[in-house]
This record gives sequence, C-alpha cells and structure tokens, in this order.
Amino acid sequence: MRNVFNYIDRKSPIHELTGAAKLVCLLLWSFAAMATYDTRFLLVLPVISLALFFASGIRLRDVSFVLGFTVVFMVLNNVLVFVFAPQHGVSLYGTKHVLFSLGGYFVVTAEQLFYHLNLVLKYLSTIPIVLLFVCTTNPSEFAASLNRIGVKYTVAYAVSLALRYIPDIQREYHEISQAQQARGIEMSKKQTLVKRLKSAAAILIPLIMSSMDRIEVISNAMELRGFGKNKKRTWYMGRPFKAADIAAMAFGAALAVTALVLNRVNGGRFWNPFLAG
Amino acid sequence: MSEPLLEFQNFGFQYKAQQEPTLENINLKVNKGEKILIAGPSGCGKSTLAHCINGLIPFSFTGTMTGSMRIKGTESKELGLFGIAKTVGTVLQDSDGQFIGLTAAEDIAFALENDCVPDPELHERVQATAALVDMDGHLSHAPADLSGGQKQRIALAGIMVNQVDVLLFDEPLANLDPAAGKTAIDLIDQLQKKTGAAVIIIEHRLEDVLYRSVDRIVLMGEGKILADLPPAELLCAGLLAENGIRDPLYLTALRYAGVRVTPDMRPESIRTLTLSPEDKAKVRDWMRDNPEKAAKQPGEPLLEAEHVRFAYANGHEALKDVSVTVREGELLAIVGTNGAGKSTFSKVVCGFETLSSGTIRFKGTADWQSLSIKERADRVGYVMQNPNQMISQTLIFDEVALGLRARGVPEEEIRPRVEDTLKVCGLWPFRSWPVSALSYGQKKRVTIASILVMRPQVIILDEPTAGQDYRHYTDIMEFLRELGRSGITIVMITHDMHLMLEYADRAVVFSGGKVIRTDTSAGVLTDPDVIRRASLKETSLYDLAKLCGIEDAKSFVQRFIDYEREVERP
Repeated sequence: MRNVFNYIDRKSPIHELTGAAKLVCLLLWSFAAMATYDTRFLLVLPVISLALFFASGIRLRDVSFVLGFTVVFMVLNNVLVFVFAPQHGVSLYGTKHVLFSLGGYFVVTAEQLFYHLNLVLKYLSTIPIVLLFVCTTNPSEFAASLNRIGVKYTVAYAVSLALRYIPDIQREYHEISQAQQARGIEMSKKQTLVKRLKSAAAILIPLIMSSMDRIEVISNAMELRGFGKNKKRTWYMGRPFKAADIAAMAFGAALAVTALVLNRVNGGRFWNPFLAG
Repeated sequence: MSEPLLEFQNFGFQYKAQQEPTLENINLKVNKGEKILIAGPSGCGKSTLAHCINGLIPFSFTGTMTGSMRIKGTESKELGLFGIAKTVGTVLQDSDGQFIGLTAAEDIAFALENDCVPDPELHERVQATAALVDMDGHLSHAPADLSGGQKQRIALAGIMVNQVDVLLFDEPLANLDPAAGKTAIDLIDQLQKKTGAAVIIIEHRLEDVLYRSVDRIVLMGEGKILADLPPAELLCAGLLAENGIRDPLYLTALRYAGVRVTPDMRPESIRTLTLSPEDKAKVRDWMRDNPEKAAKQPGEPLLEAEHVRFAYANGHEALKDVSVTVREGELLAIVGTNGAGKSTFSKVVCGFETLSSGTIRFKGTADWQSLSIKERADRVGYVMQNPNQMISQTLIFDEVALGLRARGVPEEEIRPRVEDTLKVCGLWPFRSWPVSALSYGQKKRVTIASILVMRPQVIILDEPTAGQDYRHYTDIMEFLRELGRSGITIVMITHDMHLMLEYADRAVVFSGGKVIRTDTSAGVLTDPDVIRRASLKETSLYDLAKLCGIEDAKSFVQRFIDYEREVERP
C-alpha cells in the first residue's frame, strides 16, 4: 500500500464530484446514520451506498481487506454487547418477548435481536460510504476540501504533508530496522519486555533524529516559498462546485433532515415495532 | 552602472548559540545577470551566507547581524522573509526533502497557491514553468516516481514560477549522479541565459560546476571571503587545495608534469584550456617517465555471487542475472545510477532481501543462503549512508558496544574489543564523549567502528563520503584505505567518480539490474559506452590526454592514479 488513502483512479460520476462536496456528503451521511435507530431508514442507507459503489466502478475486491476487517470488528462488537448487556434491547423497547434461554443470565429476546439488527445496519450504513470516499477522493484534493469546508489551511495542509511524507518515513523505518537487525538487535517475541523496549529504541531514536532533520528542511522549504504569508491560499487541485456537487450535497442534507424528522416522529432515536404489535 | 541586486557591506553574523561569529567582514556584490560560484570547505560559513541571502537569517535562525546586507537597495531585515523571496529563489540541497506537493504539479504550484493566484492563471503558469525545465510531461508524477535530477528540476520550477531575479543553489550536485549533475549545470546555464536572472551556486565541487562558465568564484574560509576572482585567475592563484577545495584533475595532472598554468591559458575548463606544444610535450614526457605500476596481486575470491536474480513484491525485477566476485583485501567500488540495482545487491548479500535464484558463496562454501541476517553480519558488515540512521546510544562507547552486547558477549570481553576498535578508528581521544558532540565525519567513523567491532571480513559502505568536502572526504577515504591495508575487504557503493578513481582497486558497473562492466577504475572511466549507460561522466584526465596527443588515454589515467597513490599520498 503506497498511500494511507487507498485512492483508486477510475472514471465515474462519483470520481467526478469535487472532494469538498464528497466530504460534506460524507459528514452529513454519517450524521444521519448516527442520529437515528429507525430501522426502516437504516435499511435504505446500505441499499443506496451499494448503488453508489456500483456507480463508482470500485469493485468489492478492491476493498476486501478493509471490509473483512470491518466484519470481524462488527461481529466482535455484537458479541460483546450481548455478553455484557443481554437485556439492553428489553430496556430500550420496554417489552420482553423471550425466544429461548441460553441458561442463567443469557436469555435471548426478540427485542435484543432487533437491537442487534440495528447495530449491524449501522455498520452497513456507514462503513461502505467511508470506503467509497477514501477510494474515490484523490489525496491531493483532500487538503483543499478540508480548507473549503472551513478548516484553516495551515491545518489542512498538515494532512497533505502527512500523506506526502508517511511513505518516506515507512521506508526509512524499514531500512533502519534492517541495518540494526544486522547488528543483532532483535524485535522477536522471544525477548524479555525490557530487551524489546531497548531494541525498539535502537530503531526509533535514529528514525526520530533523521525525521527532525527532515522537518527542518521541509519547514525551511515551505517558508521560502511563502507558506503562511496570507490568510488564505488557492489550491491547484481545488475545483469549483458544479451542479452535480450541489445536488449531492443537497441529497446529503436531505438525509440528515430525514433522520432528524424521524427522531421527532418516533419520539426518540428508536423506532419501536413492539409497541405497535 | 546600475544598482547591485545584492550587496553585503562589512557584514557579519553570529548565531545565538555560538561563541564566535560564523561570518565576519563580508563584502560582496552581485549584479543583475551575473553567475557566481561560492566555494569553501564545510564549516567555512557558505551555508550561513546562503541563509543570509535568502532571508532564513535573520527570520528563521536568530543571532546578531552587523554591517549591512541590501537587496535591491533595501536592507534585508526590513524586507521580511516573504519580501526577500520575491527577489531570491532558493533550491535547497535535499531535492527530496524540499518536495512538498503530492505531485510535481502541486509542488510547482506551491508558491503561487500561497500568493492566492486564482485559476486559470494558476494552471497556466504551472504548465509554462514546467515546460521551461522540460518537465511538462511529468506533472502528475509523485516524488517516488521521479529521479533525483527530475526532483531538482521540479524544485527549480517551483521557485521560477515567481520570476525571481536571483536563483540561489545550495550544493546542487550533492545528491545527483555524475551525468545528472552535468545536465543540472547545463540547465542552470540555459535558464540563466533565457531569464537573465543572477545565479549563485554554492558548491565545493569546482570542476563539475565549471563545466559551464561562471563570472566569478568567491572562495570562503573560516567565515571570511578569501578571494573573489574570475575562475582563470583563482585557479592559478594556488589557494584552492590549502582551503580544502579540490583542484580540477586536469590541473593537478599539469602540475605533476611541471606545466606552469597561467590565466591566459584559459584553465577554467578543459574545453577552453590551450596548451603550447612545449607544455604538451611535458605531459607526454611525464607519462613516459611514470610507467604503470604492477597491479596489486588479486586475493582469493571471498564473496562470490553467481547469476543472482531478485524481484520485489510488486514484480519489479531489480537484479537480472548478476555475478560479482569480491576478492580478499581489495577495495571494490560498485557504481551505477539510482535504481541500477547496486543497493539491492548489497541488501541481498546481507540477507535483508532474499534472492529469487542464483547462489552466493562465502569463502567457497555455499551455506550463505541458510544464514540469518545476524550471522551474515558477523562476516559481512553493512554501514548505512547517513550515520544518523544508525546511532541510537548517547555515549560513543555504548554505541560501538551495542552489537556485541546484543550478541551476549560478556562485558569483560567487550571492553578491550571496543577500546581496540576505537583506537583503530582514531576515536580513542573521544571515547567518553557523547555522540551528539561529534562532527558528521566523526559520527561516520563511529558507525564504521560499531560494525568493525564485530570483526567482519568484509564491510559494505553505502556512499561513504556523500555530502563531504574534500578534506573530510580525504579523511574518511584514507581511513578506509588503512583498514584495507590491515586486511579488511571493503566494498563501496558510490556514484562519486573521484572516489572510484582514487581509491578503488576495481569497479563493478551496474545498469538496469545487470553488471555491464568489471574493470579497473581507469578502464571504466575512459570507456564512453559504459560511461553513457551508467550515467557516469568521462574524467577530464581523458580529455587532457587527447589534448596532448596521447593515444592510450586509459594508460595515462592509470599512471596518474598510480602516481598519486605512490608519490602524493603514500
């Protein structure tokens, strides 16, 4: 992986959108997905994100690693919730429909299963859209986008610098650790903790020292070319909003508003099918 | 005469943390369209002078300024860093570190973005400036996909977008291979002619800069300006060598031959040099009187790599059927461009990477492949280019002892071994010093000592003299030669042609993942085909031989090397 951002360059309407518009959509979408537990709404979001994925030309195997990781995390999260609070659903929805018992403390209720369904849907509503953003936004555009939504450009540029230099530092870490291994410094698990800490220092101290040198060069180079001169700056990779960008952001806003309206109608964040039945 | 662009008058500067001024009594003028070379050994104050020119002093580094420094008639301290940057554009030494953008285009655009230049002007100016340095076909490239020379071109474009009046280059040749360095000097020359900007080059490799003409050379030493002369006069003044600057090789050869060089012979470049028939005869006589020395008896093969192939995980084949034999007791140079496979080869030997096919034998036994990185390091040590990438301890003794301690050697055995090694490396007087108090060259010695202490039979050094001036270069190389005499085999990965010429017994030339030549240094540097394919540069000794009507240039170069080793540096 060459970049933290796993940008995949393809031609698609999603790629065409400006980074700033996509960032705004992502924030609004995430807000909507976080705000409500309305199951009907949470069922719609994954369907839309799948459609967007299809439209973006990003294939499932492009993101299979992160997706697999997320599934593991999602399962773990659900198991933990059940182990520590098997009656959480009951307290949330106010009714108790026992399905079967796993013995003692662990009683499976319809409410608890429904709550878990909602949890799973939350993952499905947010993770794909974050992946979509990461895969379709050119890292070069990211700093410009942050600045566009109001983040100070000095802060936004730090993100860009991190993207620029992290691969260099990774490579340097690799080289230093090889040379230190040759001197007999080992990081293997067979060593005692103290020895391993000492070994880590033998790699990290040279890495830090050479990174300090690098920082001085970078900051001089930036100052000499006028970074920080004005309150604002323009962006080579920044693009003006087009109709599609406005439409996308409007759609994001509509989702957020819908989520808020649903919370109002449901009288809380949870949509409760058990009361009706 | 019009007002000078830059004018120093009785100027001095002292860093806040220093006891003594770094610059004293500087008087210097730079006029519009001039091209000036500032030369001097490390620590002479030339980098500080550069900082004063581009405004990092006093705006980033604090200290006390005396006298006056005016840019277009205004005192620099009144202009501010950004004001100075409108007139002076700086290309830093580290072409990778100063590459700020994620792609070439963004890096060129950086200064314009900070000036709030809007589109479409922004894109147009980036495009036009990229074309000026011939990089318009590489705008979407990331720094990892560009060579050192290309990154430097981008850096140059990045300051030229602003149409500055002064282009300041801080050691532009330090990170380039010889061919790329030659191209860089050419490009600087063309750009100056095209834009009319004044050019200031700070560099200690005089001969390489003089490949294209300069108006004046400013020689610095110990914070003062020692000379400010046209190149021809300075070269004849005999000031260079005593101030840690290497004379051009062809002038050294003329001196050996007893030719008196005067400014009217136009000695500033081998291409302008004129020699009288008598002078040419003197050179031929010198050649006749100094026969080639018998080559050193080659030692037994120590490390033999045969048909080694290696490909990285992304499928890039870095080594394609490489065979190299390292013989006992020799100083071997491995040369070639970046990406030619020379570093990869050493990584495969040390076990950092695993070869995909082929064999490596050590002392004739074929179990090399089964040894771990650590076990290989007991036989073949590896010293990285930058000592800061190896040093992790605060005290010199501990740094050198690190490898032995990691191997569980008892402490009572460690002490004498470390002490012996410190003596061999000339570090004994510093044994109780903290590492941080040492100079770069001394740190380099510490890293070599920390490998030597494990008693390897071979040490591989990656660019042992990178970024060093002539004096430190000589220090390090003489030290390595001493080690070589004590029986240690030394392999140097380098693109420094002087190093190869003066110190290597043999050279292995890599190009495109293959070995294209194994020969003496004189043989390699007089073969135009190898020079072209490996991005080397022909030595000026070769041109001098041709100029004097010497047919066998290779033999002339060899005699020069032998003479230097025997007579000048015994």
